[in-house]
Amino acid sequence: MTTTSNVIQHKRIHEISPARKLGIGISEVVIAVLIFFVFALNTAADLTTRFVMTPGGITQGTLRDIVLPSKTTLFILAAIVLAIGIFQLIRGFGKQTNLLVGVAGICLMLAFLVWQAAGMSLNLAGMLSSAVLLAVPITLGAFSGILAERSGIINISIEGMMLMASMTAAVAGSLSRNVWVGMLGGIASAVLLALILGVLSIKYKVNQTISGTVINIFSTGMTGFISQKFLQTIPGLNQPVMFSRVPLPLLADIPLIGPILFNQNIFVYLMMIILIVLQLALFQTRWGLRLRSVGEHPKAADTLGINVIRTRYMGVILSGVVAGIAGTFFTLGSVGRFDEGMTAGKGFIGLAAMIFGNWMPVGSLGAGLLFGFADAIGSKLSLLGSVIPPQFMAMAPYLITMIVLAGFIGKGQAPAAEGEPYEKE
Amino acid sequence: MSEEKKDIGQVFLDEVNGEAPVEEKQKKPFLGKAIIPLLAILTGLIIGAILIAATSQSVWAAFGESIGSGFSQAWKEIITAYSALLTGSLGDPGRILRALGSNDARQIRQAVNPILESLVQATPYIFAGLAVALGFRSGLFNIGVEGQLFIGAACATYVGYSITGLPAYIHMPLAFLAGAAGGAFWAFIPGFLKAKTGGHEVINTIMMNWIAFRLTEWLLSGPMTRPGSGGLPLSPIIQETARIPQFFASPIRFHMGFFIALAIAWLVWWLLFKTTWGLNLRTVGTNPRAARYAGLNTGKSIMLAMTLSGALAGMAGAVQILAVNHSMALGLSSGYGFDSIALALIGNNHPLGVILSSLLFGTLRNGATRMMVVSAIPIDIVDVIQAIILMFVAAPAIIRSIYRLRKPKQEEPQVFLSGWGGQS
Repeated sequence: MTTTSNVIQHKRIHEISPARKLGIGISEVVIAVLIFFVFALNTAADLTTRFVMTPGGITQGTLRDIVLPSKTTLFILAAIVLAIGIFQLIRGFGKQTNLLVGVAGICLMLAFLVWQAAGMSLNLAGMLSSAVLLAVPITLGAFSGILAERSGIINISIEGMMLMASMTAAVAGSLSRNVWVGMLGGIASAVLLALILGVLSIKYKVNQTISGTVINIFSTGMTGFISQKFLQTIPGLNQPVMFSRVPLPLLADIPLIGPILFNQNIFVYLMMIILIVLQLALFQTRWGLRLRSVGEHPKAADTLGINVIRTRYMGVILSGVVAGIAGTFFTLGSVGRFDEGMTAGKGFIGLAAMIFGNWMPVGSLGAGLLFGFADAIGSKLSLLGSVIPPQFMAMAPYLITMIVLAGFIGKGQAPAAEGEPYEKE
Repeated sequence: MSEEKKDIGQVFLDEVNGEAPVEEKQKKPFLGKAIIPLLAILTGLIIGAILIAATSQSVWAAFGESIGSGFSQAWKEIITAYSALLTGSLGDPGRILRALGSNDARQIRQAVNPILESLVQATPYIFAGLAVALGFRSGLFNIGVEGQLFIGAACATYVGYSITGLPAYIHMPLAFLAGAAGGAFWAFIPGFLKAKTGGHEVINTIMMNWIAFRLTEWLLSGPMTRPGSGGLPLSPIIQETARIPQFFASPIRFHMGFFIALAIAWLVWWLLFKTTWGLNLRTVGTNPRAARYAGLNTGKSIMLAMTLSGALAGMAGAVQILAVNHSMALGLSSGYGFDSIALALIGNNHPLGVILSSLLFGTLRNGATRMMVVSAIPIDIVDVIQAIILMFVAAPAIIRSIYRLRKPKQEEPQVFLSGWGGQS
């Protein structure tokens, strides 16, 4: 019974309902109107926007600056979005609808930047480059969530695992003076927490949100305790060595893309590697099929001889590994020391990115990059003297997630058996 | 799948015959219900003690000399720390006796101040714990108490400082209710989304938490900032008329909010267990499908439960502002929202249980301040102990196997939670 209803549900997301078609069309037209009336008409005709296309301090893969006439550019962007919206309303894009929503969204962001930086220069490449870096913990957090949830275990403790890993990595990295030992230490601590989550949720069948809350509270307390007791009194414990920027040969010389994607530290490359491995493993291998079947319909999987319990443990532990990598990013890849509460909710944004990305690795990367970009814009806004408070930009990921969850843009499809403990009969 | 159907039918029949399974559970003797939380608390404190000993340099040094002196040093450290915790939270018995003997009212007040301060600490916990408990009873996991608390506090602060010229008996309740309304509104949104679109409240309340943090950050550094705060995110000080009165002179912060909390707890108990509304909420909470068969409007019930839960969370924020802080800063909450999940579960989601667990954690948090001064043990240890207690309460099987308790005849009903993809 459940199976058939699931099949029906899965089918439904590929069709675009008339109401959604209309809703999306109208939103696109509204975006066009917004660009036209708010951005374009409020821009003086003689202003230009200069986009610097090379991040600061980078010598490989440089590109000349782009100078755009602000007002004309805004008119063109409004026209493009309007065309998309009208076509959507009349004919509809069918399967390509979400892609075109993305195009409209990018146009909106670009228009916003052109408008904000009218008469000024903005380092667009630098912004993209920092967006990629900011996206690392979010995306890895989302991957961590995917691994657990595809196996049927809700993991809201990504934040806690990341926090614990970042502290352990700082200590291990400081003691050993070796980045890799630091990273392994961080991962090990996150895996330990994942094991607790697994035992509580799988063996003791505790409500998974409560198990996650246990780990979040524990991590906040434990990291605070150790930080105040030891890290602040013994400075040698909190000076880890850091991963440095590694330009990839040849790739780093590609203009624009090179500096943004291939002249970063190891975490950005790890993110890409995990993305590819995860996407292939989940959808092209027997391992992935088993993991997903346990998350969708454990009873059927069990009947077919799959060990549901073991598979779920594997999912949760791998989730811990990835959350651990995400956590070590803060101390070893970004800041260079541990501060209390330094993950600052990135684990929860990762959860949001996972939902926005529809429990898919590629989708989650897209969501992570988008949220990272919103973060990067937020920190640039005040520099540009914008009227929009940076806090509003920081709210965007959460708002978008709620909208997606409510089914306004396209309903996400969570694994069906998620959150339900498995009881063998 | 067939036994699931039978289950629904059974619950439905029980409901019709007026024998809701929830009521049966109430008849269990008190000790039987309290044994797991009590052992969980004990075990949590023991593990806390081990943590204190294991992170103490002098204990390690003593272990270097001999194992015996190591253990005795560890014992000494634990006793010092925990007795500091006790005197910090409940007062020094010797001093209280002496003060009582001296018959000086000021000395008595100062001697019992630690107890009063523990009650001050417990007050927001009671509200926040009730918020989570009411949600759980209605089958909802309100993990967004923290955000609702911030919004409630912001609303109470705004009404508290912006309105002038009102008499205190109008201004104070008005500000308090503004806080409740703010929290209620913040929780209504996820409730509405759950009822209308099926979007799971766990995710939505988490998201609403972070939106609330950013929003208050902006409010306090923009529209609601204190003139001359030098860019610090800080609100103006609220009017005298908006303040919930404190009973004693300045260093003693004990205030009327504690009694308001007790009254509200009674109100929640009455609403949940003595009214038809409460029965409806609990029926939807225990078995939404049976409730739907019985003709209850589950959507309305969900929205009502979330709104009430949010109102309680908003009161937690309001009482802190109006009675203790008198102005709002970003460090308003030391994680009341997340602690409250533990409080509700330790208190078995019953208002009386919530009061007891809130008193315990108010006491612990208050005593930990003194423990930090005496033994240099960071206050964060309370969080660690709390997480461990929560874990044991949520997984009673662990406690049972540690203390070799027999299994209960009937399985405890668990707070259930299905996935959050939107299927209801």
